[in-house]
Amino acid sequence: MAKTKPAPTSTACVALVGNPNSGKTTLFNALTGMSQKVGNYPGVTVEKVTGTYSHQGLRYEVVDVPGLYSMRPVSLDEELAARAMAGTEGRPPDVIVFVLDASNLERNLFLFSQTLAAGLPTVVALTMTDMLARERSGIDVAALEARLGVPVVNVVAHRKQGLSELQDAVARAIVERTVPDIDLGFPTVVREAVFRLHDALARAGIDANRSEVRETLLNPESAWNRKLEGNPDIVRAFQEERQLVLGESIQGRTVDAQTRYAWAAKVRRAVLQSSDSRVRAVSDAIDRVLTHRFFGLVIFFGLMYLVFQSIYTFASPIMGWIENGIQSVQSAVSPALAGAPLLQSLVVDGVLAGIGAVVVFLPQIAILFCFIGILEGTGYLARAAFLMDRILGWCGLNGRAFIPLLSSFACAVPGIMAARVMPDSRSRMATALVAPFMSCSARLPVYVLLIGAFVEPQFGPAVAGAVLFVMHFVGLAVAVPMVWILNRSVFKTKRLPFVLELPRYQWPRWRDVALTVTTRVKVFLQTAGTIIFVMSIVIWALLSFPKSEAMDSQYQAAYQSQPDSFKEARTEENYVQAQRVRDSYLGQFGRAIEPAFVPAGFDWRITTAVLAAFPAREVVVSALGIIFSLGGDADEESSDLRSALAQAKWPDGRPLLTLASAASLMVFFALCAQCLATLATIKRETGSWKWAAFSFVSMTTLAYIAAVIVYQVGIRLV
Amino acid sequence: MSKSSKKPKFCRGMVCRVTCVTGDGDHVCRLLDLGLTPGTEFSVVKVAPLGDPVEIDVRGARLCLRRRETQGLDFEQVERSG
Ligand SMILES: Nc1nc2c(ncn2[C@@H]2O[C@H](COP(=O)(O)OP(=O)(O)O)[C@@H](O)[C@H]2O)c(=O)[nH]1
Repeated sequence: MAKTKPAPTSTACVALVGNPNSGKTTLFNALTGMSQKVGNYPGVTVEKVTGTYSHQGLRYEVVDVPGLYSMRPVSLDEELAARAMAGTEGRPPDVIVFVLDASNLERNLFLFSQTLAAGLPTVVALTMTDMLARERSGIDVAALEARLGVPVVNVVAHRKQGLSELQDAVARAIVERTVPDIDLGFPTVVREAVFRLHDALARAGIDANRSEVRETLLNPESAWNRKLEGNPDIVRAFQEERQLVLGESIQGRTVDAQTRYAWAAKVRRAVLQSSDSRVRAVSDAIDRVLTHRFFGLVIFFGLMYLVFQSIYTFASPIMGWIENGIQSVQSAVSPALAGAPLLQSLVVDGVLAGIGAVVVFLPQIAILFCFIGILEGTGYLARAAFLMDRILGWCGLNGRAFIPLLSSFACAVPGIMAARVMPDSRSRMATALVAPFMSCSARLPVYVLLIGAFVEPQFGPAVAGAVLFVMHFVGLAVAVPMVWILNRSVFKTKRLPFVLELPRYQWPRWRDVALTVTTRVKVFLQTAGTIIFVMSIVIWALLSFPKSEAMDSQYQAAYQSQPDSFKEARTEENYVQAQRVRDSYLGQFGRAIEPAFVPAGFDWRITTAVLAAFPAREVVVSALGIIFSLGGDADEESSDLRSALAQAKWPDGRPLLTLASAASLMVFFALCAQCLATLATIKRETGSWKWAAFSFVSMTTLAYIAAVIVYQVGIRLV
Repeated sequence: MSKSSKKPKFCRGMVCRVTCVTGDGDHVCRLLDLGLTPGTEFSVVKVAPLGDPVEIDVRGARLCLRRRETQGLDFEQVERSG
């Protein structure tokens, strides 16, 4: 065959293909080390991971194809995998390394039998043999090689065993280009029909190999059938043969699957040495405790409490250090630039604050992914999903969404990133869109400020505490119906059975955990981090311009003409700062859209503070401080800020914030997507701005509607 | 075979045999891909504390499925051990 292509570069392309959980990622990591590039297939939450290695002077590019159960593309991930193998994305791979899990032979062989249809040179990497050895079982590699017709290499990737043998085999396969062809034992009627159809196609000038013809025959929905549509004679020939082979009742797919599995079972019997089930029994015994009706749930919630506490509480001192560090850099740099106020403001409030806004997320991301790495490495993560699936399954999520959603109560950014633990892209998408509704820790200062100013003085600390508690569930209460609706409208994609595997328990490997953490931190900094940084500077600019000496002296004059009581309450500097914000582009915008927020009980000052908090939600408190002329150092415990809020008035003298408008503001904050970092992370994880925009628009709309309802009901009741 | 045929309730240790996989679409396709072809025996390894999903052992591999997602899969109980 003239399949060999002239090599323009000396890089060979290797595709790693295999079932989920077959050890593909581990092998990929061992082969490519730190040379990995993590990209994203556009518009979907599927990562495209590539890496390189060199072997005997030749460079190899390795593509980690998403794990799949079948080459017949049913889910999105599988479609992408099938596409990667067919070579519609660039050129087809030069060689396939099929990762075959020795402890799940039949199911893996089923997939193997399907990958043969691609007609590409193949090498099998046999994984998990160390686990079989522990169970006093083993695989007869020579016999397997004979049955599969391709080289089989035993690898234990995390111990670097078999890697160079695998690389040798890959190099040889590329040179020899031998394409395996094995007899799967299809029934004679099928084979004869395939033979006839193959002839018919050849006569019509269509080039197809026998497995492609068989796939077309047995699976009327396969891609080839669509290709043949323009050829009515051929279509009719296929229909006739299908009648003949399958009759009316049996389905082609059933025949296909049965044949392949029968073949797989035969191979397994020939190559697998009997095992000692006692080792598996240890894992099962652990499971009897960890998935126990009572103890299982107790241990689960204990562990989850630990995870949550770690990102919520343990991360905060580190985040405090980062904030202090940034502040001390700011105060160190600031005097040096005092001669150029604009540059000073750009560097201090724009660039340094922007860096701070990015770096501050790293402790939470690192801690969460460290836990995820450990839980995944031991196999517990799958058990957590097993335990929680019932609770999350009914509304279209699944058990694996628990950790991402829990983490989102600390911060949605690591939460959305953690949606990666879910194997299918659809539930990843749903989780990523729901996560921002969870009440993250950045919303807490707003609740504390408003509850402290409006609820506590009137109703006492007990009610205040209860309100704070309830506020944490407002988002959840809205999110659940939202997923339910999303699943029925936006994600109109087909529903597949949720498949979960509980791997045997193992000790986590620290190298893998470290790799997980560093990859995630790197990905965050490179993508979401850049967006957050840039947008922080944009918001800074909108808050700082227009700016002129003339305006400043006008503000100063205005301050001087105020009565003394006014001057006692605020310094000139703070007053000028507040006026600058009022006249900035952002302040102008806030005033322009004030009418839209009046039904929710907000005036331009609150609207502007909300807008200014877009880069990071917690900024709203200091923004309110600035706007109410108290300076940017005010925090949520500040009694000055509380009383300033309580005394603020509409132009007509009505109090600005009442119980109703405070409640409306809190509900708005609970639901709105006023968080750039979250949107940037959604963009990064879903690979498109579309979903970030969707999230922003839907959350803001919901928040607005809810705030209006709360305010309008509130003013009528109170 | 109709969908309404009675299915036994899953409990631990139960052994079942797939009798028929009906319906079309990707849902059934996936069950077949996982090796749940007619005639295959599987055993129930465990049931989650909240009743769903169920872990089964099929063709020497373990996997968890949700009860209601086994629609289209008809099976009969073969024996009950333990
Ligand atoms: N004992 C053993 N465990 C392995 C081997 N390869 C991978 N694993 C573990 O199996 C689990 C799944 O592996 P992973 O590489 O994530 O699989 P993927 O889903 O195919 O990418 C991880 O916990 C790995 O540490 C192996 O050869 N032997």
